[in-house]
Amino acid sequence: MLKVRVIPCLDVKDGRTVKGVNFVDLRDAGDPVALARAYDAQGADELCFLDITASHEKRATMIDVVERTADACFMPLTVGGGVRTPDDMVAMLKAGADKVAINTAAVLDPDIIRACARKVGSQAVVMAMDVRREGDGWVVYTHGGRNSSGKDAVAFARQIVDLGAGEILLTSMDRDGTKDGYDIPLLRAIRDVVSVPLIASGGAGNVQHMADAVLKGGADAVLAASIFHFGEATIADAKAALAAAGAPVRPTVDA
Amino acid sequence: MTRLAIIDYGSGNVRSVQRALEAAANAHEIRLDIVLTDDPDRIRQADRIVLPGVGHFADCAAGLANRQGVTEALNEAVFRSKRPFLGICVGMQLMADVGREDVETPGLGWIPGAVERLTPKDAKLPVPHMGWNVLTDLTSHPVLSGLGPDPHVYFVHSYALKPEHRDHIAARCDYGGKFVAAVARDNLFGTQFHPEKSQKAGQTLLANFLRWKP
Repeated sequence: MLKVRVIPCLDVKDGRTVKGVNFVDLRDAGDPVALARAYDAQGADELCFLDITASHEKRATMIDVVERTADACFMPLTVGGGVRTPDDMVAMLKAGADKVAINTAAVLDPDIIRACARKVGSQAVVMAMDVRREGDGWVVYTHGGRNSSGKDAVAFARQIVDLGAGEILLTSMDRDGTKDGYDIPLLRAIRDVVSVPLIASGGAGNVQHMADAVLKGGADAVLAASIFHFGEATIADAKAALAAAGAPVRPTVDA
Repeated sequence: MTRLAIIDYGSGNVRSVQRALEAAANAHEIRLDIVLTDDPDRIRQADRIVLPGVGHFADCAAGLANRQGVTEALNEAVFRSKRPFLGICVGMQLMADVGREDVETPGLGWIPGAVERLTPKDAKLPVPHMGWNVLTDLTSHPVLSGLGPDPHVYFVHSYALKPEHRDHIAARCDYGGKFVAAVARDNLFGTQFHPEKSQKAGQTLLANFLRWKP
């Protein structure tokens, strides 16, 4: 049986991790490669790097981070941020990423998803959706959650999966940073219309929230940043909570 | 010093495979000299051969076929000279007689059988099958030794090899029904999963392969 994945996420700017990271026994908490190694040792099922570097010119720095991580960690790696074209995806995959997340460019022009899937295969194309509740529904945002696209999240999810997205990384802007838990009704609404794997993101405040995202929200994977970075929970804690709730997990001792 | 050739034919992440093999060799004090190559002579000179592969069966088969002399060199080194061989993902699928991804494409023909689309019994299970899953029905093959009772490995695939002979199956996996996760025949071994992405279990398997004396 396929296992629910626990995915720590690192925001990287100009080759350094941002959002403070407070890891015991880590000499340089700003080094994404060192953090990746630490999560690898903890038994994370996958790593996610989001490049929030403002300028496209500094993309070479991110490629270097991905290469050095892939050289040291023998586990699946998803990379996103600033990806606009199929060739951007190819560059990340060549550097050692296994999947590439696309956001703004695909919201503005969903056909990019089709071109990306043709070039690298659906399994490597992750649609990162940043959504916010508006009225009775949810709307997709672009540019790191700053601009509304006006697009309905449920209809958009259906559309991009039809175009070839292999996975959805669903971030609730309302919950992000609140630690109030993932947005379960949002997860449910997207889960009900797509069959591709769904990653819950935004709002994890404790490990029970992760179990809820899977059991109640129907997520296939849970992504979190600060709860792991500040040592409030380990990967093993997350898996123990998931297992106790009845979700299938890969034991951390296997890592 | 073991000379290992990773076949570099424009498909798949040879870099990940190379780094994972180097790490496995270092951890087990195996002296290893890796070349990434599509040169028939270097393939013939290698002590061990790894064929990775990501993507479409027909694309990968064409990638091999379009490189002059590579298929012949593989047949000579692997099939006739019996050098230990590891096929990974589509590299494993290419060991079959034929692939049926969109179009029918001949494989290397080392494992009688065909590569066919996964058809999970539960229609809600998405294809590709992607993520960590457990190996079942493990044989006592040396390449699978030391993996523990329920080894978790990382899969990304939509197709799987169906060998004609039961004794070519080294391990299975369950995803809405069993499919073949590893094949073995004489000096040949193939994994549908990615040992280079399977953390400790993957490292154990790669070290086993490097020490394997079929």
